[in-house]
Amino acid sequence: MNPEALGKVIFYGSSIALFLIGLYIILVKRNLIKLILGLTFIESGVNLFLVSIGYVWGRTAPILNKPELMETPSKLAVDPVPQALVLTAIVIGVAVTAMALAIAMLIYDKYGTLNISKIKELKW
Amino acid sequence: MIRNIFALLLILVISVFLASSIASIPFGTEKTTVGKYYLDKTIEETGSVNTVTSVVVLYRGFDTLGEVTVLFLAATGLGAILFGLREKRKRKKERPSLIMRTGTRYLFTAALLFGAYVFVHGHLTPGGGFPGGVIVATAFLMLFLAQEGFRVSEKGVKFVEALAGMTYVAIGIAGLLLVGSFLGNFLGTGIPNKLASAGIIPLIYITIGLKVGSEITGLLQNMRETTEYES
Repeated sequence: MNPEALGKVIFYGSSIALFLIGLYIILVKRNLIKLILGLTFIESGVNLFLVSIGYVWGRTAPILNKPELMETPSKLAVDPVPQALVLTAIVIGVAVTAMALAIAMLIYDKYGTLNISKIKELKW
Repeated sequence: MIRNIFALLLILVISVFLASSIASIPFGTEKTTVGKYYLDKTIEETGSVNTVTSVVVLYRGFDTLGEVTVLFLAATGLGAILFGLREKRKRKKERPSLIMRTGTRYLFTAALLFGAYVFVHGHLTPGGGFPGGVIVATAFLMLFLAQEGFRVSEKGVKFVEALAGMTYVAIGIAGLLLVGSFLGNFLGTGIPNKLASAGIIPLIYITIGLKVGSEITGLLQNMRETTEYES
């Protein structure tokens, strides 16, 4: 197997796998905390995918703390843009998870259960 | 049961489509030219050796201000949602052990110091305001878990948060007045790889670190139960 195909299988494959595991949890599980965990799985799958898109063979992190890195940075360091965007996405993900957990706490307080199939108002 | 089978079928279909479209993206090659521009110009234009930091704080500074606002809204909204719920949740718990109580007391200062180190050195090392702030909040989480009845002052948290947020905007307005663009770098670039370099990046990351740290500490305190300990 050539290196490019191997990298594709490992990085793209594992990000797709994380995404699908999250989707499966959301579709099948009935516990609200598990649903929120599924959301974070999807989020980390997408983040891993974005970071691995920015990788370039044989290059190092975009922190230019060595003389040779300072001279020709664009030939020695990976793409910083996906990393900066993922940094934003992680912070927003924390905010979303915190809000979802707060709503789960409210639901537990009102209905006494976290099982969504036992909450009558959610049925149609 | 039938639900599981349908879910698996759906996931199979989605995985085939996702894999076939993602497999055509090459791995390990350069894809953007803007990334190359940032790498070549970061030391000359911003003085920050950490390119990710210069992209987040200077080139995309507006975006980061918005991001901090989103985090602030989430923390405020969570406080509003959980208001009044706090007194109801009371549960008897076992008292934390002596090792926990003593250990966290010493670890607390070390964790605070490490968090401050991470957000002060955001332009030199991997890290920055967001991870540093979360490390600071972790130090408080340890105390919430291990010390009985430990609470942070709600007013103090709000004060640090508001002060940090206002300092961030004030730095932006100072840039507008002195250089002519909001969040413009008015301090010069300095010598790369020194702590006092990169102009306003360390200042902004210190405000972000304090803001994120106080916000997440307040958020953790809101989500925590009021516990009574068995004596």
